[in-house]
Amino acid sequence: MSLIQEMSQRALDLGVPMSVHFDITYRCNERCVHCYLDHDDHGEMTTSEIKRVLNELADAGTFFLTFSGGEVLMRRDFFELLEYARNLMFAVRIKTNAVMIGESEARRMLELGVDQIQVSIYSHRPEVHDAITKLPGSLRRSIEAIRFLTDQGLRVTIANVLMTANMHDHSGVQALARELGVQYSLDPTITPKMDGDRSILNLRIPGSELKGVFHNQALVGNVEEFCAPPAAPDEDVMEGYPCSAGHTLAYISPYGDVFPCVQFPLPSGNVRRQKFLDIWNHSSELNEVRSIRAKDLTVCSICSHVGTCTRCPGLAYMEGSMRGPSTADCEKSFERTGIPSANMQRGTPPSVPLIQIQM
Amino acid sequence: MTEKYSAKYIAKSSAIASRLLGGEMMIMSAIDSTFFTLNTAATVIWQAADGHTSLSDIVTHHICAEFEVDFETALRDAEHFVEEFSRHGILLVSDQPVADRPVEDQSIEGPAVSPTEAA
Repeated sequence: MSLIQEMSQRALDLGVPMSVHFDITYRCNERCVHCYLDHDDHGEMTTSEIKRVLNELADAGTFFLTFSGGEVLMRRDFFELLEYARNLMFAVRIKTNAVMIGESEARRMLELGVDQIQVSIYSHRPEVHDAITKLPGSLRRSIEAIRFLTDQGLRVTIANVLMTANMHDHSGVQALARELGVQYSLDPTITPKMDGDRSILNLRIPGSELKGVFHNQALVGNVEEFCAPPAAPDEDVMEGYPCSAGHTLAYISPYGDVFPCVQFPLPSGNVRRQKFLDIWNHSSELNEVRSIRAKDLTVCSICSHVGTCTRCPGLAYMEGSMRGPSTADCEKSFERTGIPSANMQRGTPPSVPLIQIQM
Repeated sequence: MTEKYSAKYIAKSSAIASRLLGGEMMIMSAIDSTFFTLNTAATVIWQAADGHTSLSDIVTHHICAEFEVDFETALRDAEHFVEEFSRHGILLVSDQPVADRPVEDQSIEGPAVSPTEAA
């Protein structure tokens, strides 16, 4: 177990929100076809409100702080917030499209000791990337920004979300990452929009392509190991937690709403009305999330994949039950191993309407 | 290494992230993301590293005052700690007192100094 894993386990034992994903705006200069957000400003927290929340997060023991959005640089006070967060000694990570990052912004990020910057790149081909972001010239500008960041010695990861429009371009993006000297990560997950609209799920790559991704050594490493049939779950698996959402991880929206995770839209409180730690410790929603063990899952507890599945409780929640299956993850487990999940064998399609975020 | 740093002033680098978790300090270097944890006594030294208190005074007033350890033993461990962490650029060592730096004010109890490191 690495030292970070040890500390994560300790945070879990102590009930400390070690990581917080903080979307400081939903406004964005891109209009990505797969984005789940409403980019209008419905009353973002002010600079002073966010600083107060950052103080509360530091007091709560948060160590890893991810600033994301929307596009974080759409906020004029972004560097003021970043400096404030670094003075509170957070390990700050930034998710951005990087279009607004020039040499001076990159230098400032280095001065402020940013840990990592994740930049969304969809394709190495401008016509594909720019068609997804709907911002002409965005690939060129993002790549320029990555060069500014790496020139400063900052650590950059290219995040490559796969969808139908770019499903054949991951090798090109991976090669681009190598050329730029940055890390590469791939994510084939498309989530429903926050307003309940599921139409963008049509952008998900088909199962056959997913299978190709999971059996691509350049993407997953040891294919035999990655795609191995699941081992029989033991007691530790059945007593285990589905993921860190609500256990050591929290998400805060630009409007102060607190959720277990960015992908888990279960309203659990609002930092404009309550202190973060009161929400973290006493929210009935978060406590319910924390009470769920693998053995409590309605279908997944009898599934052979229960110990190895990437089941996202947030996606399951959006399908109707945080204890139920996430069909997107069932499909991933199937395409990875060739073994149908218990949910697939049951043959019941998700029929419960999506629960919407209450703003 | 004996008493190499005892008269020096030590201060925390600004290029780090840190947080107290269950009595132990987590520290991550912003330079290379190396992650460290400090035990309770090393955490006390860390918190007292304000740039204007000498290591010898930190050991006297913070370690020996709070833990059952003689000065020589505590100073030897503290010297080792400073040596290790200054090499990683996490602690800054100076012959003279340096400008004010933020210092977290937390009261900790625990055994002798023994920094833990993992890349």
